[in-house]
Amino acid sequence: MFGGLADYGEILLLVSNSVIAGAVLGLVGGLVGVFVMQRDMAFAVHGISELSFAGAAFALLVGFDVVTGSIVGSLIAAAIIGVLGARARDRNSIIGVLMPFGLGLGILFLSLYDGRSANRFSLLTGQIVSVQTGQLGWLIAISAFVLIGMLLIWRPLRFDSLDPQSAAARGVPTTAVSLTFMLLLGLIVAVSVHIIGALLVMALLVTPAAAAMRIATGPIAVPLLAAAFGFVSAVGGILLAIAGTLPVSPYITTISFMIYLVCRGIGARRDRVTRDA
Amino acid sequence: MTAPLEITGAALRRGDRDLWSGLDLTVHPGELIAVLGPSGSGKTTLLRAILGLERLSAGRVTALGQEVRGRGNRRIGYIPQQRPLPRDTSLRGRDLVALGIDGHRFGLPFPRRIDAGRVDRLIDAVGARDFADSPVGLLSGGEQQRLRVGQALADDPRLLLCDEPLTSLDLANQQAVVGLIDRHRKDTGAAVLLVTHDINPLLGKVDRILYIANGRFTLGKPGEVLRSDVLTDLYGANVFVLRAGDRLVVVGAPDAEESHHHHETAHE
Repeated sequence: MFGGLADYGEILLLVSNSVIAGAVLGLVGGLVGVFVMQRDMAFAVHGISELSFAGAAFALLVGFDVVTGSIVGSLIAAAIIGVLGARARDRNSIIGVLMPFGLGLGILFLSLYDGRSANRFSLLTGQIVSVQTGQLGWLIAISAFVLIGMLLIWRPLRFDSLDPQSAAARGVPTTAVSLTFMLLLGLIVAVSVHIIGALLVMALLVTPAAAAMRIATGPIAVPLLAAAFGFVSAVGGILLAIAGTLPVSPYITTISFMIYLVCRGIGARRDRVTRDA
Repeated sequence: MTAPLEITGAALRRGDRDLWSGLDLTVHPGELIAVLGPSGSGKTTLLRAILGLERLSAGRVTALGQEVRGRGNRRIGYIPQQRPLPRDTSLRGRDLVALGIDGHRFGLPFPRRIDAGRVDRLIDAVGARDFADSPVGLLSGGEQQRLRVGQALADDPRLLLCDEPLTSLDLANQQAVVGLIDRHRKDTGAAVLLVTHDINPLLGKVDRILYIANGRFTLGKPGEVLRSDVLTDLYGANVFVLRAGDRLVVVGAPDAEESHHHHETAHE
């Protein structure tokens, strides 16, 4: 047993970069998620991730850098959704059309690819420990960029998410703010695809924020809680996964789901107390 | 003192249909003007054009001494047509008001003490202290609307544009919101342009009425506009203005513009 612990320490050292990447993604994903929820864009996140997957699969096929491929795919999807889908209804139909196309393209590229099969699977369901160190550096840098970008547009984005008409009337460049947000969202989705996989991106970009909104209100409490939940899910998932043989993603998704369930329970209890009083 | 709002030769066309044209309107300081008319008659567009968010087909608009161009104007207070906020909105009442003060600012969102003081004063001004720290999604329509008024008054505007600010409010809340708007104009001499479908909550306060219908408009004091013969002439159909106690009821006004021009309402 002690031998096992010593092994764990060694493995942890080996994957420390992955843990850092997971931590940064968890934090930033939670923050971005708050706006994903406020702007009702959970479906858009899923749509972007499928095109990001297609981009990565294409890069894999032609021997190009996979991270770059996923970013290109993400940004194309984010731009299309951002420009054509200003209204929620248009947006959902565009995403509904884009998503199967992206997934289909990705599957086509993967089936044409004859390299290592572990690489194929990892794009859909994630395998952070198999990402190379150089790429991990990129993922961390992109997440940091998204974090800074989010902070710089924080208040106008909040205004636009809540009440676009008043925001425009008070001189907020609402179109530019929305498109910037889509760009940042596209970038963080591309990062998530590598860490948790295209199919499971929502576990870090939607679930933590949804959980936070169950138990808190307020412009500081909700983002902080969402970031904390994302952090715990991502780091906790990686730490648990390296002890065994199972992949990382199920651990991350399970932790983030458990947090959501607990928050829902707390939120429901609070509502009931309010009604009784 | 220059007029807070001056509109000359304004016209609005949608496709080949004139919604109105030849509109000249000068709003004086402290004046409250109600804009009435069926839906689809371009009332919301008029307000948005004053803010520089939409373009009129013709005419000039000068707001607070400056010709309107560009997009948005922080010196004008604006209360857009209200839709209730979702229950899980992650903001408290005071955050909604605060957006009027810092919602347009880019850059790292550090809180400033001076802003907090301004928010507190606005909250007191609209009597929202009791629910300022509650989640906005759980507040009643009337409470949300008080907060919106607070947000619109953030920069102490000398011109206030209100788009159906009383819709779906009960009588007491209608009076409360009208009272807030009325007090602001009396205290500061601000001019108010208020779109409404029901004139009753404003009777006794409103100075003039701009009634738009049937591709035309009538502008005048309430007693000159809210008359059966004037509205019959405007609509080109028999319209009656009836008095029921201290309330006015307009009967027979065809909201017909909608029936064969459904697409127009999408713009409102």
